[in-house]
Amino acid sequence: MKYFLLLASEAAEYGPWEGRTPESQEEEMAKHFAFGEACEAAEGVEFVSGEALGDGSMATTMRVVDGEHTITDGPFAEAAEQIGGFYVLEAPSLDVVVELAKILPGYDIDIRPVMDVG
Amino acid sequence: MIATSADGVLAEIHRAEWGRLLASLVARTRRLDLVEDALSEAFARAAARWPTDGVPDRPAAWLYTTAYRQVLGRLRGEAMAGRKAPLLATGLGWEPPPAEPDALGDERLDLILLCCHPALQPESRSALALRLVIGTPTEEIARLFLVKTATMAARLTRAKKKIVQAGIPLSAPVGEELDRRLDEVCRTIYLAFTAGYTPGSGNDLLRADVAGEAVRLAWTLYHLVPRSPQARNLAGLLALQHARRDARVSAGRLVTLADQDRARWRHDEIAAAIATLDAKATASADGYAEELRLQARIAAAHATASVAADTDWGHIAECYERLELVTGSPVVRLNRAVAVAESAGPDAGLRLLDGLDDALPTSHRLPAVRAELARRSGDAERARAELDTAISRCANSVEVAHLEERRRSLDAPHESG
Repeated sequence: MKYFLLLASEAAEYGPWEGRTPESQEEEMAKHFAFGEACEAAEGVEFVSGEALGDGSMATTMRVVDGEHTITDGPFAEAAEQIGGFYVLEAPSLDVVVELAKILPGYDIDIRPVMDVG
Repeated sequence: MIATSADGVLAEIHRAEWGRLLASLVARTRRLDLVEDALSEAFARAAARWPTDGVPDRPAAWLYTTAYRQVLGRLRGEAMAGRKAPLLATGLGWEPPPAEPDALGDERLDLILLCCHPALQPESRSALALRLVIGTPTEEIARLFLVKTATMAARLTRAKKKIVQAGIPLSAPVGEELDRRLDEVCRTIYLAFTAGYTPGSGNDLLRADVAGEAVRLAWTLYHLVPRSPQARNLAGLLALQHARRDARVSAGRLVTLADQDRARWRHDEIAAAIATLDAKATASADGYAEELRLQARIAAAHATASVAADTDWGHIAECYERLELVTGSPVVRLNRAVAVAESAGPDAGLRLLDGLDDALPTSHRLPAVRAELARRSGDAERARAELDTAISRCANSVEVAHLEERRRSLDAPHESG
């Protein structure tokens, strides 16, 4: 199955990225690299993709209102301000994903199955 | 005559084999959303055919194969409809497996852990475990939790969908993680049990019969992991509490422990529970297993007193003292104060209640207990004031009536003291 991991960085053990020492930023990044390596090593797991995202202040929200596209300053929900990045993995089960995600920095993480609509 | 025996065989297989059959079907097909209906259908077919055709040589294997073919039929239907059946690609064959009953294995522990997985809503877990592991009918589970059958059915369907769609696996963790998960399973079963003793209304004041299903689940868990102290202590504890069921209600009213007719307790069940506990439960455990062990010892002390006056309150007070150390719970301290008052006098009990008000600001039990201990130490004025507080905080009409009666008896000197 394919899983999408949504990472909320504000709640992280490290706090916001900006204004931190280079050491603590490196430590946080090291956990992401370790996660990537563990994914490569794990049986039945395939690292599909993963990116860090600009914070909520950079978000642009697009909606359709009365048939018209409207563009506003984002994000579309308060909680979405905290979204800092995502991963997509192929993995045999939720428990495997949970074990791997424990390697990541202490973010709030939503794990969702990717639905096959083909 | 044949019909009666076929029905009897089927009922026995349902009781003994439902969980094992269902777990094997889930392990083989991974389609929990289809398996339960398929197995129910297999039992329905057996009920229709066995009385006339006779009971097959290997009835459990017959049920397994029939249910398995049902699941395959549904999967074929999905594939024909052009919908994705991705799990077909993971090695599920089109031919039924050789259904040797002994070759089915026993994946019930995996199934219990699956039902109590932390990714599921807490209110779904015990319902799912009762339905899937021991086959409790949905309407009975609904009665246990005081919800409509349709609500419970929807809750179960949602939970099964989540398991399949989120890819929650049928595989037990190992080591510390297994121990942690077993704690959660035990908490879940305990909650289901206590739901049966939460007062309902009318004829369904207590639902001890369905609470018995939770006891059955606890024994099943214990037999699957006999070396797990939490599973053993839970089974013993629930069995001891459940053994009092017939004495807990009389003429439509709840009867307190002290006033129960002890001849109506199930003494065979008490003996079985104590035999299970005594094998190991004298040694202290840790974590949740220790909480359960202490609660079981308290329950055993009550269950083995032939009359209320013979209760070993000193031992019970010791157990509560340790339980308070383990849990830090103010409710445990309140219970401890009651036990200490019984063994060392009301003033010793009252002293233990000092400082509890911050932790239990809305509890009606705290002032109610204080009132009783004040009355016993001869302070009727304080007892009255505490009862007034208790009445103002209590929301349950049955309990309010009881508190008001106690308030009145304080004013009638010939009834107090």
